[in-house]
Amino acid sequence: MNPALNPGMAPVATPFFFYLLAGMAIASGLAVITRRNAVHSALALIVTLLSVAGLYLMLYAPFVAGVQIIVYAGGIMVLFLFVIMLVNVEISSKERQFNRIWPIGLAAACALLALFMSAFTKGKALFPDRMVALPESSNTQQVANMLYGEAGKMGPYTFAFEIASLLLLVAILGAVIMTKKKI
Amino acid sequence: MPNFIMSYLGSTVTPGQAGNQFWALIYVLVIFAGVAVVVLCMNWIERKALAHFQIRLGPMRVGPHGLMQPFADALKLMLKEDIIPAEADQFVFWVAPLIGLLASFTVYIVIPFGPSQAVTDMNIGILFMLGVSSLGVLGIVVAGWASNSHYPLIGALRSSAQMVSYEVAMGLAVVSAILMTSMNASGTGTLSMIEIVRAQQQQGIWFLFKFFPLGFVAFAIFAIAMVAETNRAPFDMAEAESELTAGFHTEYSGLRWSLFMLAEYAAMIAVSSIAVTLWLGGWMRPFPNLLHAPAWDFIFSLFPGLTFGGLALIAFIGTARMPSHSFFKIQRIGLAVFAALLGFLALLLLVIVVAGRSADTSIAARLNEGIGYVYWFMLKVAVFMYLFIWYRATWPRYRFDQLMRIGWKVMLPISLGVLMLTAIVGVIVS
Repeated sequence: MNPALNPGMAPVATPFFFYLLAGMAIASGLAVITRRNAVHSALALIVTLLSVAGLYLMLYAPFVAGVQIIVYAGGIMVLFLFVIMLVNVEISSKERQFNRIWPIGLAAACALLALFMSAFTKGKALFPDRMVALPESSNTQQVANMLYGEAGKMGPYTFAFEIASLLLLVAILGAVIMTKKKI
Repeated sequence: MPNFIMSYLGSTVTPGQAGNQFWALIYVLVIFAGVAVVVLCMNWIERKALAHFQIRLGPMRVGPHGLMQPFADALKLMLKEDIIPAEADQFVFWVAPLIGLLASFTVYIVIPFGPSQAVTDMNIGILFMLGVSSLGVLGIVVAGWASNSHYPLIGALRSSAQMVSYEVAMGLAVVSAILMTSMNASGTGTLSMIEIVRAQQQQGIWFLFKFFPLGFVAFAIFAIAMVAETNRAPFDMAEAESELTAGFHTEYSGLRWSLFMLAEYAAMIAVSSIAVTLWLGGWMRPFPNLLHAPAWDFIFSLFPGLTFGGLALIAFIGTARMPSHSFFKIQRIGLAVFAALLGFLALLLLVIVVAGRSADTSIAARLNEGIGYVYWFMLKVAVFMYLFIWYRATWPRYRFDQLMRIGWKVMLPISLGVLMLTAIVGVIVS
């Protein structure tokens, strides 16, 4: 009887949690597109993003989960709400939808469904049977090695990462120049 | 049962790491209760300290020196009518304080009160803390919007703009401290809260003094940003009462309002804990490497008991100085009982210290160590909590454009510069 020192950890990544998180993500995802009130949609989107962060945790990718919470749930969604609050929600929620893009949306959704179905049925050949079990404690280090390389060598994604950062810098400068006429 | 507790006390890892859900739950409950008690105390201390800053007495009527005032307030808030404005968005109005509360209490699961005195140790500890505490702004924004009123909306807009801007400088300051954790043989840093403190112990220096003045500047940036993050004076633009009545919680009343207050104070303690963990050596007592002889261990382990003893002494002096009019009889008895309670606590702590000294493998020794860790951590946090009050009493509120200008044009460049310099110095040194 030594429960505190017992290292036999019960796995958290049980099917129950997967179905709970996946169900939450789907239900709140549906709420995002069915709510007329934009703020309710945004709140539902936050729930979706948080449940996806939970799914990342279940995949033993805590770093991705943490970044998902910081960037999406904490940063981007606050800006979303910020913008939505400046719009008069009362009027826009009573308006009829006037764009006619739902056939395109339906086609895109069907295509995505077909892709998922094919991945689900033929996935065994495409993906490895199971992930290489990495110790959870080195997850962040693994991500860093991928991005920055280890021991003086370039990592597999160093170039793509640097290009992406340059692209983001350009986007930031563009946003500043577009909003400020005189700098 | 004693066996069960013994085995736990012998553990050197957090319950989360050991996978022990029972102890993790106990820890969560203890922390929740502890934070609630600290918030009550803070309520009294803040009102008293502010009053003394302004040469007033503050609460004096409810209990001796107003000691029962927070309880009276809590009772009042619970009994007050909970008003939801007719035009408000009912559901969002209802859920907003809960979002804030959830965000500020969730971060406590990774705060390391000691090497094994935390609910769990996450590999991404500091990232998790920053992420979840940034969710707190959602509660404020949503509350301001759901009230369907002008002042709350303006307060919410201000607060969201302010928190998003200061988060950037805060994050960069944190990154420069995390860089310092990688100054070891393997050259690998860490994001885990417990490992960050261990790194400071290994390097024999608080990150506040590391690469002086780089660590100090990063700390100063964080210390400023954390006041803005928690919407406290002088950055309390979201609830500036002279401009916006009460800002985002104008329409809230009763219990729901008190949830906002609880969330605010819980968030204050949480960000103070981040600062203590990253820059002030977390649970470590002063000079753990320099003064590591058993005699020093004993002297430092006396501190918790002596602190409570000092508080008891102050309370006893207060009892003696009570006016001798019969009107003050009950108050005098009350204060004497309070002083006796504090004295009893002090005695208990000292007894544990002495018992732990005589047999160093017993429960008492482990308990002694644990009390020391938690005491030094809480003492450092308490300094920050007092600073929060001190700021509020000293500085006038910023204007909103000044606030944004400082955030983006002063704090952000400085924190970026510090980050780069830390990296450069780190590469040169190693």
